[in-house]
Amino acid sequence: MDFISILSIFVLACFVGYYVVWSVTPALHTPLMSVTNAVSSVIVVGALIAAAAAGSPSSKWLGLIAVGLASVNIFGGFAVTQRMLSMYKKRDR
Amino acid sequence: MHSDVIIAVPTWVLLAYLIAGICFILALRGLSNPESSRRGNLIGMVGMTIAIVTTLATHHIASLPEILVAMVIGGGIGLVIARKIQMTAMPQLVAAFHSLVGLAAVLVGSAAYLNPEAYGIAVRITPIASPSFISIFPQSRVEMGLGVAIGAITFSGSVIAFLKLNGNMSGKPILLPLRHVINLGTLAAILALIAYFTQDQSPLVFGLITALSFAIGFLLIIPIGGADMPVVISMLNSYSGWAAAAMGFTLHNTAMVITGALVGSSGAILSYIMCRAMNRSFISVIAGGFGAVASSGDAAAIDRPYKRGSAEDAAFLMSQADQVIIVPGYGMAVAQAQHAVREMADLLKAKGVTVKYAIHPVAGRMPGHMNVLLAEANVPYDEVFELEDINSEFAQTDVAYVIGANDVTNPAAKNDKSSPIYGMPVLDVEKARTCLFVKRSMGGVGYAGIDNELFYKDNTMMLLGDAKKMTEEIVKALG
Repeated sequence: MDFISILSIFVLACFVGYYVVWSVTPALHTPLMSVTNAVSSVIVVGALIAAAAAGSPSSKWLGLIAVGLASVNIFGGFAVTQRMLSMYKKRDR
Repeated sequence: MHSDVIIAVPTWVLLAYLIAGICFILALRGLSNPESSRRGNLIGMVGMTIAIVTTLATHHIASLPEILVAMVIGGGIGLVIARKIQMTAMPQLVAAFHSLVGLAAVLVGSAAYLNPEAYGIAVRITPIASPSFISIFPQSRVEMGLGVAIGAITFSGSVIAFLKLNGNMSGKPILLPLRHVINLGTLAAILALIAYFTQDQSPLVFGLITALSFAIGFLLIIPIGGADMPVVISMLNSYSGWAAAAMGFTLHNTAMVITGALVGSSGAILSYIMCRAMNRSFISVIAGGFGAVASSGDAAAIDRPYKRGSAEDAAFLMSQADQVIIVPGYGMAVAQAQHAVREMADLLKAKGVTVKYAIHPVAGRMPGHMNVLLAEANVPYDEVFELEDINSEFAQTDVAYVIGANDVTNPAAKNDKSSPIYGMPVLDVEKARTCLFVKRSMGGVGYAGIDNELFYKDNTMMLLGDAKKMTEEIVKALG
């Protein structure tokens, strides 16, 4: 993909993010932070490519460490978000 | 000989990454309401699975067992932490998680630097009569440099934020002489080095960019004090997104670009909301040092008369009320008093008193901190109100119960132009018929280091003691 296509995607995604995040209720700002944290671990994709590629052992090991770190975030981030969200309850009527 | 080296990506892979991106958007969209939020989180997990499986399926994997081991170890650690962590420790957990994203970005950037051909961002050049070498595209070098720099700043900044929030490091601002000069100089040096990196891809330049970025992250966060943490933690959230986006540019990966942009703008909006709630500019928060200067202190303020009450007085006043509004702050989190508060509210409700909660946006150490603690204590979320929704109700309220909050209730923000917090939106607790103010002692001041006029008002009753013990005593008196 060329630079300008990626840049277009990036700019449009920023706008989407802007509007979506303003609609998040302030009561859920902490889960918002933990879930954005979990999804930003999509960087694991880059780490997997490094870990999978043959050719440079040092690059592979850096990739593997990054896969481990990102996995802490992915599993921990989604799980803690789920735990928090399950606590928000309405009044029993 | 440039563009033809870029690895052709099959269309279905791009589609899969697009679907992953959409899943992440829906995950955030779900948070507009607690009811839809749980489903949103599940959609987020689906998106992450799609991204990972797609990547694994489309690359020739030379080391699948190692990758699985890394994921199992990392994932296991993550799950245990998520299960064990106390809700009061959420701010430091989020800071720790941010640091991992930052470090992962640095590692991925370094891996791409060491093995650029794996990502299709370099070309092998074989000059006549000299050994061949790999040249990374200049544009990729800039993207790589920026990605590693932002990742490194996120990492070291989040580590400092973690240490401050976790109490391993004093929450007080640490002010170096000439810090603004040092910081701006370091930032300029990083940018200059990234520009130079396009001319010279030597490990020295790459290493210097990384090292200076680690340093600036550290320098940027040490002068920022504890109560400014909501801004800092949102800002680092934003940086972790920009780091992922920059790596996405480097690696031509749309899933990373879309997600990075989402997270980056999310953190930026949260930072803006937090700054607005403190009536301070983003620049002044980042410059740091707020609350470091001890108040010039009119000594007269110390011996002013105030009314002190007991738990029994408080219980009596509240049980006679029609409506009680509870105003929690960071002190409630520190004392772990949220469960006692909910018990007190239950007893009051049983006596026919209407109980509501009023939350200031910057109460606590991260956005939404108080809401999570109250949810943990089984307080229904429809009894919890934001500042602008409830502020007009204090005038018709019999008792405001302030527990662990201070600056966010200080009327000086409204009527004292010389006050450092002048102009900050505050909760109008002094308009309630009686204001019960739980505080450890009369000595301490809030984060801003200023006295609170509220303590000496005729309709304020000070309840001096530990927030949790005091609330438990009130519960006993009510029962």
